[in-house]
Amino acid sequence: MATIPLLTIDNLHVSVEGKPILQGLTLSVDRGQVHAIMGPNGSGKSTLSYTIMGHPRYQVTQGRILFNGQELVGMTADARARAGVFLAFQYPTAIPGVSVVNFLREALKARFGGDVPVKEFRKLIKEQMVLLGVEESFASRAVNDGFSGGEKKRLEILQMALLKPALAVLDETDSGLDIDALKVVAEGINRLRAPERGMLLITHYQRILNYVQPDVVHVMIGGQVVRSGGKELAHELEAKGYEGFRPVEVTS
Amino acid sequence: MTPEKQQPPINVGQDYEQKYGFHDPEQFIFKSERGLTRDIVERISEMKHEPAWMREFRLGALDRFIKKPMPTWANTELLNQIRFDNIHYYLKATDKSSQNWADVPEDIRKTYERLGIPEAERKFLAGVTAQYESETVYHSLREDLTKQGVLFTDMDTAVREHPEIVQKYFATVIPPGDNKFAALNSAVWSGGSFIYVPKGVKVEIPLQAYFRINAENMGQFERTLIIADEGASVHYIEGCTAPVYSTDSLHSAVVELIAMPHAKIRYTTIQNWSKNVYNLVTKRAVAYEGATVEWIDGNLGSKLTMKYPAIYLLGERAHGEVLSVAFSGKDQHQDAGAKIIHAAPNTTSTIVSKSISKDGGRTTYRGLIKVYKGATGVKSHVRCDALLLDERSRSDTYPTMQIDEEQVEIGHEASVSKIGEEQLFYLMSRGLKETDATTMIVNGFFEPFVKELPLEYAVELNRLIQLEMEGSVG
Repeated sequence: MATIPLLTIDNLHVSVEGKPILQGLTLSVDRGQVHAIMGPNGSGKSTLSYTIMGHPRYQVTQGRILFNGQELVGMTADARARAGVFLAFQYPTAIPGVSVVNFLREALKARFGGDVPVKEFRKLIKEQMVLLGVEESFASRAVNDGFSGGEKKRLEILQMALLKPALAVLDETDSGLDIDALKVVAEGINRLRAPERGMLLITHYQRILNYVQPDVVHVMIGGQVVRSGGKELAHELEAKGYEGFRPVEVTS
Repeated sequence: MTPEKQQPPINVGQDYEQKYGFHDPEQFIFKSERGLTRDIVERISEMKHEPAWMREFRLGALDRFIKKPMPTWANTELLNQIRFDNIHYYLKATDKSSQNWADVPEDIRKTYERLGIPEAERKFLAGVTAQYESETVYHSLREDLTKQGVLFTDMDTAVREHPEIVQKYFATVIPPGDNKFAALNSAVWSGGSFIYVPKGVKVEIPLQAYFRINAENMGQFERTLIIADEGASVHYIEGCTAPVYSTDSLHSAVVELIAMPHAKIRYTTIQNWSKNVYNLVTKRAVAYEGATVEWIDGNLGSKLTMKYPAIYLLGERAHGEVLSVAFSGKDQHQDAGAKIIHAAPNTTSTIVSKSISKDGGRTTYRGLIKVYKGATGVKSHVRCDALLLDERSRSDTYPTMQIDEEQVEIGHEASVSKIGEEQLFYLMSRGLKETDATTMIVNGFFEPFVKELPLEYAVELNRLIQLEMEGSVG
């Protein structure tokens, strides 16, 4: 008997300020899988990630997003997060005056509905900081305030590790990273691959896929998935460029 | 189909009424009739058994008050609603000031207990004065400080007991003709703190004054004078609350600080008047060579506040700092700011102003940086950040720079922002409810101020902010 997929997106249409961006996107992710979504600028990749997380500016005009069989459309972002959806932001927002450690404590409390004992919490954070190669002072700095690109992405991975989502959407997590930072972040993602967890890795370039092996690759153009395949699809893309995947050619 | 953007249910000071807004039955041994006359001024002076010079000072100030027009700037609409003839200018609730809480009349003592003052005194203060209506009802100073020659009394006692110091400094920083409200205070002043810290004495633990208005249509006009002699240091904290009434009260203080060479004075205010109080205060400091003055100024309450703490940097390398926050809710206008006058070379200053407006509240930053010719090597930095929590609220910034010297470094940054949709979404995407996310952003915004407060006040201020952000609907 087939179980319900972790994430089912069915004929999704999304507009931003009246302008249609996603136009009938369909996609399904199973537990334990990593799906890469590749597409050129303006194909709607970030719109997809914001829509899954529930950003109020992204209007779903048609279609469904089922998470564990539950409709996400209509739920607020915080409710989705508490249910186990996570978004690693392409451009994480600075929250001046709020320390990383206080922010993480509140986020954990919200996600799991209770205080984590102080000692255990400290241990958790410390472990992750060591794994991600950040200094101890990181915890007392204000969230993303004056952070380098690499620090911001590390904090996103750190949050993902603590919040243990069932579905993680990683929006261009590789952008703006030098090769060393990319490796650290990719290792962080690999550590979190788990049989009960699904991941959507949204990227413009094939580069990160050298470090994080996807189970499925989707090519997204014009607000639709135009092709899906195995990881070899990423290499084909690298060779042919996105031009070779324009819908007109796919359908011809 | 997407979730609707909900306004977080926020109420400013929703617990004010129960926590601070109560009032005791009015008891007094003297209450002046409404309005201000020469006779009332003479009566106040007489009841205080003042020397002739103070009586003359008051009467001269009264003339100036009457002659001076109302300010024609700031919120003139609210200012012109003040009914000077409806105010009781002097109210004496008890005829003694005690050094022991047990001796304070029961009603008044209970008020201060409810406000947590005796408890705070036991825990973390070196001295306290408590002013109720026009007069100080309690004061104390730790014995070791008394032995070191520190003077901490109410201003009236100082006039009687330390005339040589008072006469030398009183009204030298803020003369009675400075502005209409300083003139009013000079005519009818009562209470306030007098502090003198002798050469080289460092008062490590804060001294506090707590000002309470109890009666309706009351005017409170305390007068504070702090002198830190050479190399001395002191931290003074004032707090203030009043009952919630439907008609207005007036609080108009004058505060003068004198920091002698290499002295340091920090003056912290947490102003939490009820929303029927006009808070029109003149605060000014002078800092001599190598001295430091810091105004830490928090404005949460009142109907209209007009307050621009000033620092005159008169000696080389003197340093001034003003760090202020304002929170303006429904029917409130916080018109606050800072003035720094660089009158000597190599003087430095910093102004940080942070304000939040919500539910139609207004905040205004009004500031002045002046550098005199010859004051070379001056460094000054001004930063004003305003946060608007909704469309109905308003914030204005009026920074003035008068720079008459070329060899200076002056920086100014200002920002007005709405609670960022992106900040909210980021926090909510981690599971925080909208109200919790907003509170977190607001607390972060105020953090530079809060971290300058003694821990106990920081905790209290965070709690106040949280209460103000929490919705009545869950």
